[in-house]
Formats: sequence, structure tokens, C-alpha cells
Amino acid sequence: MTEIGSPVAQAPAPPQGEASTFDATTARKQWQVILRRFTRHKLAVFGLILFVALVLFAFLGGVFWKYPYTDLGFKRYLPPSGDHPFGTDRLGGDMVAQIIRGTQFSLQIAMIVAFLSTVIGVVLGALAGYLKGWVDTLISRFIDLLLVIPSLIIAAVLARNTFVVSVTGGSGSNSNWLVVALYLGLIGWLSVARVIRGMVLSLREKEFVEAARALGASTFRIVFRHILPNTIDVIIVNATLAIAQAVLLEAALSFLGLGVQSPDTSLGLMISQNKNELTLHPWVFFLPFVFIVLISLSVNFIGDGLRDAFDPRQKRVKA
Amino acid sequence: MFRYTIRRLLISIPLLIVASFLCFGLVNAMGDPLGEWKLQKPRTPAEIAAAYERTGYNKPFVERYVSWAGDFVTGDWGESVTPGNAGRPVKEELIKAFGVTARLVLGAEIIALFLGIAVGVLGAVRQYSIFDYTATGISFTMFSMPLFCVALILKAGGIQLNNWLESIGADRWITTAGPPGEGFSGGFGEQVFQYSGAFVLPTICLVLIQFALYSRFQRASMLETLNADYVRTAQAKGVSQARSIFRHAFRNALIPIVTVSSLNIGAQFGGAVITETVFGWSGMGKFVIEAIVKIEPYQVLGFMMVTAVFIIAFNLIADIMYAVLDPRIRLD
Repeated sequence: MTEIGSPVAQAPAPPQGEASTFDATTARKQWQVILRRFTRHKLAVFGLILFVALVLFAFLGGVFWKYPYTDLGFKRYLPPSGDHPFGTDRLGGDMVAQIIRGTQFSLQIAMIVAFLSTVIGVVLGALAGYLKGWVDTLISRFIDLLLVIPSLIIAAVLARNTFVVSVTGGSGSNSNWLVVALYLGLIGWLSVARVIRGMVLSLREKEFVEAARALGASTFRIVFRHILPNTIDVIIVNATLAIAQAVLLEAALSFLGLGVQSPDTSLGLMISQNKNELTLHPWVFFLPFVFIVLISLSVNFIGDGLRDAFDPRQKRVKA
Repeated sequence: MFRYTIRRLLISIPLLIVASFLCFGLVNAMGDPLGEWKLQKPRTPAEIAAAYERTGYNKPFVERYVSWAGDFVTGDWGESVTPGNAGRPVKEELIKAFGVTARLVLGAEIIALFLGIAVGVLGAVRQYSIFDYTATGISFTMFSMPLFCVALILKAGGIQLNNWLESIGADRWITTAGPPGEGFSGGFGEQVFQYSGAFVLPTICLVLIQFALYSRFQRASMLETLNADYVRTAQAKGVSQARSIFRHAFRNALIPIVTVSSLNIGAQFGGAVITETVFGWSGMGKFVIEAIVKIEPYQVLGFMMVTAVFIIAFNLIADIMYAVLDPRIRLD
């Protein structure tokens, strides 16, 4: 992968190994094809630009915006105007600053959830599929077991214990957003694990795996160097879509009062705090709502574009 | 088929037993039901001891599990135990909540299924048409929306509609305080009016989200069958366009959605948590969220076990239907 973008094809083959040059060229070509398919998918490129803009807005916006989110000295519920493009909220804070902070928290949570659930799902799914036998039985039955309880309820039950302090009137524990992210990540891996297990089950019977085994490669090497790279398309698409799901699940949990708690925040919590202002002060309700939709819409577009780009059978965009 | 069903039913018994233990552990992780009560004001040791006796939390974990599981199997699902909320029988309340959820979910699920299949098929037959792009756009947007916002916006819209109806001299139509009560007044027309007013918003809310799922799914499976060799063969033999679409492609494209929808209905019986909360329907979802907030261990456990049974049952139904519809599948 280090050769991506370098003009390997034009360069004369280094004397010591024609084979390695050949590999590098084909690898580059495959990635090029995928990249080309992706960039020709208009919605996916639009989604990518939108998502990058949202990330920049969330993580750098606070540096450039004139008001910090801690500044609550304005009149409450000012409608959007030149000085406050998004108006002010119920505490007299500037909504731009609040939205920046909320988007930042929502994105942080979503990315941690996506990362955790993908890593856990891929590792457990690969182990179950490759080792088969009792490991597979154990992991598969455990997944079956967790699937009989709705995941929103598991998350709510787990989260309940964390917030005893805040319910009794004290301030919530610090960085409780991280706890929410960890819980959601710990229950989000089930479907990824199932898909990867299925793929590994069929890949492990292929000749190249047999060849690697005959050459004396360790189980670890076979799984991580030979089998999993062949599932990278599914992993990437799933991880992308997991971001969208995590944003929505976190918002639902926060709406039910079992997600992120003040002093932390998130777009979901902001909506839920402003749910009664829908008709009177619509901007405090609709702005965080629009940002949630923008995040999950852009991520869904990217995921869809990636799925098409990775699929060699798709004919819609010529490679 | 019969033997397979029996075997699956037998397998689900140990699954339920292990699940019950896991659920008990999860519920235990919610914390002490008396934790907040103890902090509210100073309590005498006798008071505290009596409260713990009632919750059962004075005994060790395993002993509590065994006694709860024994009672549960014999039909005693326990009571609510937190101070100020104690003594409500779990089983009776769950049955009531289930009735409310079933009334709400079944209708919405049927509407969403028919709508989703129709739109999905049309989108596949007229692929990349304006209709297809519009339907895809709508379902993509619905996928990306937090459901509770949709519900809240619908609710606000309902209130506006009521105000407008009142301003032109009509009765308020939309109600957002749960299902219509038992004591009805008025004639048939008035009853229809009351019923529809209570059902329309939560049903729209559920339909929108399920419809997005079903239409995408149906479109994908319909595209697959439309491009299948046997459909091309049929067309090559001179079968009419309509007949090849409906008799050959459509019937086979229905197989996957039967599976998806039966899995989905099983999960839906666990309550439409968000919809019920926003529109004030005291169904399963609202029941369990309130129980979690109050830390009512036996209510949450009862809910989890009922949901688990439904999900397992509908999983089995999905597998059996799949085998019935596609004779190539052999279950044994």
C-alpha cells in the first residue's frame, strides 16, 4: 500500500524482484479503480465533502468562532440574526457555539462506537469463522443470546447505573459521554461479527489459505494477513454505516434521559432539552436536529458509495 | 419440518434459561433500587431492613436468581418494589402494556409492509426513474432521521391541526394521550373520530420508519429477480411483460421480505419505545423505560423475558416460512 500514488508502472522494474513490482502495480490499480468508482458516485463525493466540513466545523469551529460556548451572557431565545446566525438558547448561550460543541460530542461518540464495534466484531467474527469448533459455538451462541434482548434496552439498563448521581440532584459524572460511547460500542458489534464470520467460513477453505498453511504461517498471520484483507470492503462499509447508526442511537438514548448528561452534551441531548420549544422557539429544536440529519445522511451516502465502489459486479459507474 | 420445529423449540429452552441469567445480571447492574430512596432523607435501620426485605436485595445474587426464576416459571412474575411505587403486579401490567403495543404496532406494520412492497417493486421495475429516485431519497432521509424528532414534529403538527380545526368551528381531532379509553360516548361516527384521532400520528410515525426499511429491501430483492435468468427465459419465450414481472419475478422477490418482516414484527412487540413515549401510549416500550428509570428489577426482568420469547418465536417463524416459500431450502 506504500506504493499508492507513486509511478510504479512507469519505473523500470528493480532487478531483485519482478514479482513484487507486479504485486504493487496490481494493488495500486485495484485501489485506483475503487477510488475512481467512488469519485464518480456524485452523492458519495457530496457526502464525503459534507462530512469533512462537519468534522472541521465541530473540531476547529470553536477556535474561530467569536463566542465560546461558556459565554451565557446574552438575552435568552434571541431569534437568528447577524450577530447570532443561529440565535441564542434557553440559557442565553450563542447557538453556533453550542451546536459546535454538540456536534463535536456526537461525532466523538459515534466514532468511538464505530471503532469499538468494528474491532470487536471483526476479531470475534474472524476467530469464530476460522477456528470453528467450540470457539465458534461459544461466540455464535453468545451473539444469539444478546440478540434476544433489544439493544436499546441493554444500553439503557447499562447506562442507568452510571447516572444515579445526576438523577438524585448532584451533577453528573464527568466525561459521561465516554461511558455512553463505550456501552454503545460494546453492544454494537453483533451484526458485524456475524457477517465477518460468514465470510471467513468460506474464505478459510480457499487455496491461498491452504498454501499459507502449507508454508507454515501461524494462525494469527493467516487470519490477519491473508483472510481479513479479503473482507476489508465489508469492514469499511460496515464501519461507515455504524457511525450513522451510533449518532441516531445515542440521540434516542439521550432523549429517553438515559444517554449523555449535563455538563457534557450532544446533539441528541440538545434536542431533548428543547423539545417543548418546537413551536415557540423553533430554531433551538431544529438546528441540532438538522445537524444530526446532516451527519447521518452524509455518512450513509459515503457508505453507499463505498459499497458500490468495492463491488466489482456493479455496472452503474464504469471503472 | 415438524421434527425441525420440535428440535428448534427444544433448543430455545436452554437459550431462554441462559438468557434469563444474563438478564438477571444486567438488571443487577442497574444498581440498588433503594439507592436513591436512602439518600433522600435519613431512614431508620428498621425501615431500611424492611425495604430490603421487600426488594429481595438483602440476599446474595445467586439465591435471588434462583428464587426469582422458580417463581417466574410457576407464573408469579413478582411485583414492583421501589418505595412509593410498590405492590403493582408485574404480570398483569405487562399483559396490559402488551395489548396496547399490539394494537398500535400491528396496524402500522401491515400498512408499512404493503406500502413498502408496492413502492419497492415499482422502484425496481422503473429503475432510475423519477419515481425511483424520489422513493430512494425519501427512504434515505428517513433512515438518517432520529425517530423521536419525527414523532415530536408530528405531535406539534397535530396540535396545529387541532387549533386550525377549532378555529373553523370543528372538534379537536388529534389526541396524543394514548389509546382511546374504554368508556365511549356517542355514536359510531364519533367513535371512529376518536379512534382515528388517537391512532393516526403514532401510526404514521411507525409506518414512515418501517416503510423505509421494507421498500429498500423489496427494491433490492426485486432487482435481483428481475435480472435473474429464469425471468429472461420467460420473456424470451414470449410471456407478457406484466406476467413475467408479477408471476415470475415478484413472487420470488417476496421471499426475503417475509423473513425480514417477521423478524421485525417480533422485535416490534418489544415496544416502539420512542413512539410510545412521545404519544403517551402505555405500551411495552414506555413500561420498560419507566421501570429502568425507577430501577424496578422485576418489571425489567419480566419485560426482557417476554421480549426474548417473542424474538425467539418469530425467528423460528421466519425460518419455517422461508422453507415453506422456497422448497429448495431443507431445514433438517
